[in-house]
Amino acid sequence: MFRASLRSPIFSLRPSAAQSLNASRVIAARYLSQEARAQIQNAVESSPVVLFMKGTPDLPECGFSRAAVQVLDLHRVPPEKMKTYNVLADSELRSGIKEFSDWPTIPQLYVNGEFVGGCDILLGMHQSGELENILVANKVIPKVEEETEVQAASA
Amino acid sequence: MATASPSLGPIESVIRSKLLSSLQPAALVIHNDSYQHRHHAPMRAQDGGSGETHFSLEIVSDEFKGKTTMQRHRMIYSLLSEELDQGLHSLSLKTKTRAEAGIDTAST
Repeated sequence: MFRASLRSPIFSLRPSAAQSLNASRVIAARYLSQEARAQIQNAVESSPVVLFMKGTPDLPECGFSRAAVQVLDLHRVPPEKMKTYNVLADSELRSGIKEFSDWPTIPQLYVNGEFVGGCDILLGMHQSGELENILVANKVIPKVEEETEVQAASA
Repeated sequence: MATASPSLGPIESVIRSKLLSSLQPAALVIHNDSYQHRHHAPMRAQDGGSGETHFSLEIVSDEFKGKTTMQRHRMIYSLLSEELDQGLHSLSLKTKTRAEAGIDTAST
């Protein structure tokens, strides 16, 4: 999805020979063009829930990405409110999102443009109830009233 | 208190020493999960994997006090950024303060 529009290469700086190898390594690894940054910013705001993952929800290619998808599914996040990006299909996105979020691993979840975390954080928040709170607060899922739940269970 | 995998590779050694010196953990458990992921294409590309690609860490340290889970994870990623740039592919993290882990409850 990003390939056609990310024209500026990530590693485009050429430090002078006098600069240390350390500096060039840090610069090369940390450079994210304004264009790429803006495109990722658009992506994280493109949908209430945005998940950067390996593979797709139907075919996850990593256990941690699969777990993230499953947790969101458990909370019945509606498909029209969620967008996923497959970083394995786009190496510039894969490195760009790590730089953008300042987070070294995939999957990465954004809710209403805000970085929530990776798989561990997601699972922890699921267990603590915090994930449901965030999804309800951001109007991704409806709040389920307790009376309704009890009725549904006894029917 | 701190348990090691059977064969202590270079990356695990670095993880251990960096976390010990920066976080002074009350408890530190490092699991090397790389074997479970050795079939992944990127791991195969690295000659079946260095055997040090995926780790899970359980850390109990009061350096985590007052920090959200995300802040704690960022601390650890920052400490291990060099390793993550190289062969270290994945880190699963569990972080607790001594109080959260139920240690030293009598002394407060």
